[in-house]
Amino acid sequence: MDIVERIHEKQQADEKLALDAAALAGHILLESGAEIFRVEETIKRVANAYGMKGEGAFVLSSGIFLTEESHKHGFYANVKHIPLSGVHLDKVAAVNQLSREIENGMHTPAEALEKLNEIKSMPEKPKLAQMLATGVGSGCFCYLFGGSVFDGMTSFLVGCILCMYLSVVGKRKKRTSKIVVNITSGMLVTALSILFYLCGIGESLNHIVIGSIIPLVPGVAFTNAIRDIASEDYISGTVRIVDVVLVAFSIAMGVGLVYTIFSRMVGGIVLW
Amino acid sequence: MVGQFLAAVFGTIAFSLLFHVPKKYYPWCGMIGGIGWVIYLLIAAKTGPVEASFFATCAVVLLSRFYAIRKRCPVTLFLISGIFPLVPGAGIYWTAYYIIMDQFQNAMSKGYETCKVAVAIVLGIIFIFEIPQSCFRFGHQKDTP
Repeated sequence: MDIVERIHEKQQADEKLALDAAALAGHILLESGAEIFRVEETIKRVANAYGMKGEGAFVLSSGIFLTEESHKHGFYANVKHIPLSGVHLDKVAAVNQLSREIENGMHTPAEALEKLNEIKSMPEKPKLAQMLATGVGSGCFCYLFGGSVFDGMTSFLVGCILCMYLSVVGKRKKRTSKIVVNITSGMLVTALSILFYLCGIGESLNHIVIGSIIPLVPGVAFTNAIRDIASEDYISGTVRIVDVVLVAFSIAMGVGLVYTIFSRMVGGIVLW
Repeated sequence: MVGQFLAAVFGTIAFSLLFHVPKKYYPWCGMIGGIGWVIYLLIAAKTGPVEASFFATCAVVLLSRFYAIRKRCPVTLFLISGIFPLVPGAGIYWTAYYIIMDQFQNAMSKGYETCKVAVAIVLGIIFIFEIPQSCFRFGHQKDTP
């Protein structure tokens, strides 16, 4: 084979790897809960670092479209559907750090891809830590929103059980509808709170429930929606706002259903 | 007040763990959440929850951007955790509660207030992010992200 041709082929392979790395960086950021403009910026930064324009990146809240045209080596196209897989801010930080290093020319495309794959498979926090964190979060917020310390402890218990329920639901093979998850979680939390309250654990039912539903509240989607709309990514921002409203509505439905059933059962007497 | 501050700090840290923030940033996330909540309480006592949410959000975003530059990491890490106490989760609950209790007057006013708080947070975030990045660099070397 002609040596010129071989160099040409090597370049082409390198370009493909570089664009793959850019797309993967974007992929990780998007599924870990980064804002749209950060995803676009990172893709562009990585592509630029390897001598490409990276202007063909179009990012939505659920997918990345990346194309690149070079006169020498032809076309590159990459379209991926990316569902949100849970918030992983450590991955966002790691990819951000890596993209700066790439910008400073510290990695070849192949190395960068390898590093990105490492970041992609970063471990989850252990289940026990997640459970305790949900409990502590619930307890603290119960106290913040006007509950007593005793209520906070009840909320802690309910929060722990809620986390177990969520991890069981998350393990299902078929993806459970978000609406169903949130309605049932709201129902579970309220039912447990009423149960504990009737057993004499906790003083103010309202505050126990408020604390315990806080882990379900879509704070991340809310913050990201605002930042997307602020940076004029209206489509993604709107999608996320719809998500926030739906989730909030579902939680309220769940809580409401159990309250209604319960007050009918005890003959309309309000117990709290 | 000290109890409220501590509860906000630990609540924020608990949520930053759930969002997989790297361990070394926990103290900063906690501080931002705690300070934001104390500012909310102080202002809410004088005016109302809407104004308080606005100013507390401003404080949270300012601090998040400040730390993001110092610690060289995306502002999202601090912002998402720190803003959590201010997100009107309790407002959603009370609105639903009053609707179920057939107290529509209360439900209306609570729902309206929740919306206003959400808008206040939106404005706080948008305005503070318009401040140029260079304003947060004082006393810090140039080559930062």
